[in-house]
Amino acid sequence: MSAYSVTEPSRASKWLAGILVVAYAFITLLPLVWIISTGFKSGPDSISYPPKVIFDPSLEGYVNLFTTRTRIAAEDFAALPPPETWYDEVVREDGMVIAGPSRFGERFLNSVIIGFGSTFLSIVLGTLAAYAFSRFKVPLKDDLLFFILSTRMMPPIAVAIPIYLMYRELGLSDTHLGMILLYTGVNISLAVWLLKGFIDEIPREYEEAALIDGYTRFQAFRKVVLPQAATGIASTAIFCLIFAWNEYAFAVLLTSGNAQTAPPFIPTIIGVGGQDWPAVAAGATLFLLPVMIFTILLRKHLLRGITFGAVRK
Amino acid sequence: MTNPLPNPIEAAARATPAPVARRLRGLSDRAIAWIFVAPTIFLLLAINIFPLIWTVRLSFTNFAANRPNREVEWVGLRNYERILTDEGTWANMQTTAHFLVWTIVLQVVIGFTLAWLINRKFKGNDLVTTLIVLPMMLSPAVVGNFWTFLYQPQIGLINYIVELVTGIPASSFSMLGPGGLAPWSIIIVDTWMWTPFVMLICLAGLRSIPDYIYEAAEVDRASKWRQFWTITVPMVLPFLMLAVLFRGIENFKMFDMVTLLTGGGPGNETLLTSIDLKREAFEKWRTGYSSAYAIILFVTVFGLASIYVKALNKVKER
Repeated sequence: MSAYSVTEPSRASKWLAGILVVAYAFITLLPLVWIISTGFKSGPDSISYPPKVIFDPSLEGYVNLFTTRTRIAAEDFAALPPPETWYDEVVREDGMVIAGPSRFGERFLNSVIIGFGSTFLSIVLGTLAAYAFSRFKVPLKDDLLFFILSTRMMPPIAVAIPIYLMYRELGLSDTHLGMILLYTGVNISLAVWLLKGFIDEIPREYEEAALIDGYTRFQAFRKVVLPQAATGIASTAIFCLIFAWNEYAFAVLLTSGNAQTAPPFIPTIIGVGGQDWPAVAAGATLFLLPVMIFTILLRKHLLRGITFGAVRK
Repeated sequence: MTNPLPNPIEAAARATPAPVARRLRGLSDRAIAWIFVAPTIFLLLAINIFPLIWTVRLSFTNFAANRPNREVEWVGLRNYERILTDEGTWANMQTTAHFLVWTIVLQVVIGFTLAWLINRKFKGNDLVTTLIVLPMMLSPAVVGNFWTFLYQPQIGLINYIVELVTGIPASSFSMLGPGGLAPWSIIIVDTWMWTPFVMLICLAGLRSIPDYIYEAAEVDRASKWRQFWTITVPMVLPFLMLAVLFRGIENFKMFDMVTLLTGGGPGNETLLTSIDLKREAFEKWRTGYSSAYAIILFVTVFGLASIYVKALNKVKER
């Protein structure tokens, strides 16, 4: 490299570009900051006008998210023993008492079970198929690969109609197993395409050396290819997990009481006279935060994941 | 996929006595290939293809899923005929097209500009890029729901900012209510979410252009403006077209974010075809009719995508 390069942008243009991009980042992050901060506002603060940027932080939203509450008659309220816990106290301030836990915990747990279950299954099946597509002459390979991809073009509602009927017959409606299988069916195309790309990058010579050393194909796959593909498998897993975590259409149509995940639940959190925004924001924060963290961890493989491996850096 | 080198395993297998060869090979590659691929194909057949075939079958009947005991009649192509001659369907197609075209235009313009700026490689560009991409990874349903809060009439944050910046009183308009703003409100949220996607792909395109091309152009005294149109744009174009393909398919299927934001309203102003399909299938329970609707949508997106991919390959070959 020469000391002076014609392709190196000037200092002034770097500064200008930096300022413009940071300004964009500021605008685009504002809604996210607003979600997180609304979670710590009291009910009146959340809907005051002009919108409050500085406010007294309150955990009311989080308490409301995890509990159901009732209002009791004034004389009964006065006769209550002093509140035992801090969350009792938060609720008492609004003149109410805790009636029991809400369903948010359950819904969140469902999201975790279905997310991890379908991710595990997608990765196991996807790794096997991707290895075969990468290393062997599979008949009709290109057609099969395209077929796998084209399943992603169907609108979810189009698939949901027959799945709804099929699950009703098989007793899989509103079950964890049903949702795990469904999300695996949707995610498997992504998993196969991404993993094939990662396995293609592992030199074949490693396995061939192992085969000559007396390993069987399967041993070579397990002891040579899998460790080499670990990073690729991990990032593919995160993409599958994020998809299953975020999915709404199937969840709202095919689940209700038992296996409902968090995305269809959060919008139904109702307070007095409409949505309880601090509680909704608290739920959204808890739900979105893991994805934000994963996104930051994944940043190097992000492009590959969102384009099915079509663009690699 | 052919390996130009002679396969060492084959050679080794042929040179060794039979028992050793068996140990060396284990299962044949062909058997392993099938064992590895079969579960995936089976799952896809069960979760994707079988339902699709079932949908095709249902589309020729008057079946209603909430009345399973009613006698099912074959109605031939009547469902298709009714959908394609229904003015409502065409209005929804236009609503979808409006959403599709504007989201793609805005995301391409803003996304490319951002990528171009980030490619100036100012200090900290990696960190800002990571922050900018956050919205696209989040749950569209949860985020869409929260945007109804930001869009609240009179007291919403967006109304407040508009009043602050332009002086238009916050109580004089409603982003999601009547007044014609709702189709633009969903475009804004989609653009907010997915501009980073286009940006990331454009950035990969920009970074794939080798420096020596610009250096050569500089030697030839080509102006910066000319370099931009004759080097930068043509070389990023295949990447940009890929981004548009992904956004096009995704937004044609758009359901979650818009359902929670407007549910298709006010009136039918934001009734995208996916939301209409959901109403027909799961609210009016016209299963046969909505199956035909689903097939029409699938054929449309599949057909358009195939034509587009052909065009994309031509651009790539140049």
